Amino acid sequence: MSPILIAEQVLNGLQFGVMLFLMAAGLTLIFGVMGLINLAHGSLYMVGAFAAAAVAGATGSFLLALVAALAAAALAGALVELVVIRRLYNRDHLDQVLATFALILIFSEGTRWLFGSFPLYLDIPAWLSGPVTLPGGIQYPLYRLALIVLGLLVAVGLWLLISRTRIGIQIRAGENDREMIAALGVDISKLYTLVFALGAGLAGLAGALVGAIQSVQVGMGEPVLILAFVVIVIGGIGSIKGALIGAVLVGLTDTLGGIFLPELFKLFADPATATATGSAFASMAIYILMAAVLVWRPTGLFGART
Amino acid sequence: MTREAAVNAVILLLLVAVPGWALYADEPFTITLATRAVIFALAAVGLNIALGLGGLVSLGHAVYFGLGGYAMGVLASHAQNYTPLMEWPFVIEGTKSMPVIWLTAIVVSAIAALLIGLLALRTSGVYFIMITLAFGQMIYFFAISWPAYGGEDGLSIYVRNGFPGLNTLVPIQFYGLCLALLLIVLLFSALLARSPFGLALNAARQVPHRVETVGLDPVRLKLVALVISGAITGLAGALFADLNRFVSPTMLSWQMSGEIMVFVIIGGVARLFGPVAGAVIFVLLEHLLGGISEYWQVFLGIVLLLIVLSGKGGVIGMLAGRGRAHD
Repeated sequence: MSPILIAEQVLNGLQFGVMLFLMAAGLTLIFGVMGLINLAHGSLYMVGAFAAAAVAGATGSFLLALVAALAAAALAGALVELVVIRRLYNRDHLDQVLATFALILIFSEGTRWLFGSFPLYLDIPAWLSGPVTLPGGIQYPLYRLALIVLGLLVAVGLWLLISRTRIGIQIRAGENDREMIAALGVDISKLYTLVFALGAGLAGLAGALVGAIQSVQVGMGEPVLILAFVVIVIGGIGSIKGALIGAVLVGLTDTLGGIFLPELFKLFADPATATATGSAFASMAIYILMAAVLVWRPTGLFGART
Repeated sequence: MTREAAVNAVILLLLVAVPGWALYADEPFTITLATRAVIFALAAVGLNIALGLGGLVSLGHAVYFGLGGYAMGVLASHAQNYTPLMEWPFVIEGTKSMPVIWLTAIVVSAIAALLIGLLALRTSGVYFIMITLAFGQMIYFFAISWPAYGGEDGLSIYVRNGFPGLNTLVPIQFYGLCLALLLIVLLFSALLARSPFGLALNAARQVPHRVETVGLDPVRLKLVALVISGAITGLAGALFADLNRFVSPTMLSWQMSGEIMVFVIIGGVARLFGPVAGAVIFVLLEHLLGGISEYWQVFLGIVLLLIVLSGKGGVIGMLAGRGRAHD
């Protein structure tokens, strides 16, 4: 196995991880600030992808499609927060799980109703397609490289937002003591809607960006949602830094496991069996990583100690 | 007789009368539908032990349901191909006998619940939900990518497995078998809730630190509850696979976990007959709404949302009153 192939796979893992971060950041913010577990976050990812595919189909512009994805998901998020989610803040986690599961059913079947069961395709724009040559002679798709850069930019932006702005101060205060900041005159329900819409927008953006590599279809959000949960469990609930590190760890483990485990099994089994067994175990690799972190630190790498 | 007991009695009566009528009117499809409801009810009664009694929001019960299904699929496919499961260190043959399959399903699911519980119970609350969901997804992907037993396509069985003295191919006989198992498990569940273990578990849900003070280990109590719960859901999985004569990774999917939880919530958490009522209503909705629109799950979602937001404790809670059974 050549170093170039390995470098390529590391980049793939990084790209996957950065997209997972966009999902996990929203989830962990929403949980940290409102104490809400939101299963419908995957639906917002799907809404973003469909909005992007529809707008790209109508206008042909990829940038407009991204803006549409962000706006549609944030709008859907704000709407859902106003109508359903805000009734759930004082309920137990079971009610939150059930209500957001119901939202998944409504979103998924509603989208199938509107767009049909066939997958849509979102094309990579011409100015981002094709390979680039990186130092060391590695040929790598420009689009995937752009995803890595964009994801890292969003991470930096989010960090600046949370640590440097007035809204960020309110969000952090809301995580610690919601009665106190309400008493200080911050409109807490407006803040909650804002945080939810922000998380939703990030999910929608991720959906549109990934939709251009894969296909845009109903049910695309939930596998990513569950991976984002794994990321949060590893990184620690409520921690943006944890979400970033967890996401990159999961992305790398998944991608590299898929490459190396079959090779590893080839050392002591015939190639066909090794490939089958290796890829079966590779699909479990990230969950084994999660289990290992749980044994070591039950509240995740950066979670609050209890 | 309390109102809840009266509601329960009506449900029980319906479970006997409706298939009886269907037999008389020669409507085998209704019997199959009822069998489906009874098997779902059994799976949900299993979840209700972890959820209602132990307060464990497990979003990964499809693991046990699916493992039960695969216990049936693997044993029966080896039996129909006349190949042994393993030859070394001792020979294990496949089987078409339901009791053996059930026992295997129960043991396999119990072991899975023990392993998942040991890890997941290191945490609580929302972490527990995410971790059970994640382990469910792990087993699901493993089943899809493991080619030996059909992978994504699943396993088909030509003839339903047998039970001594019965012809399980006759719908009403298979229904009777499933109903009998459901009643046995309901009785067990009622006795469990009143047993010293059930009382201690109830306490461990509400005030874990006090339970600890009197010398009981709340985590171990919850672990036992999860194992019992998983084993029952696994049994239901074996029956479900036998009903369809088919098992596939769909039984292991997270949607299945969500649906089993929906059965419990529609009916009412921690109510003895809650899961039964929930499963029956779900199968009815699926059948009736499914006949009206291809997109019936939109309406299911809305109904579910209204039930949760109303906060009345499911259908049994609405009929029998007294808000929630606990908390």
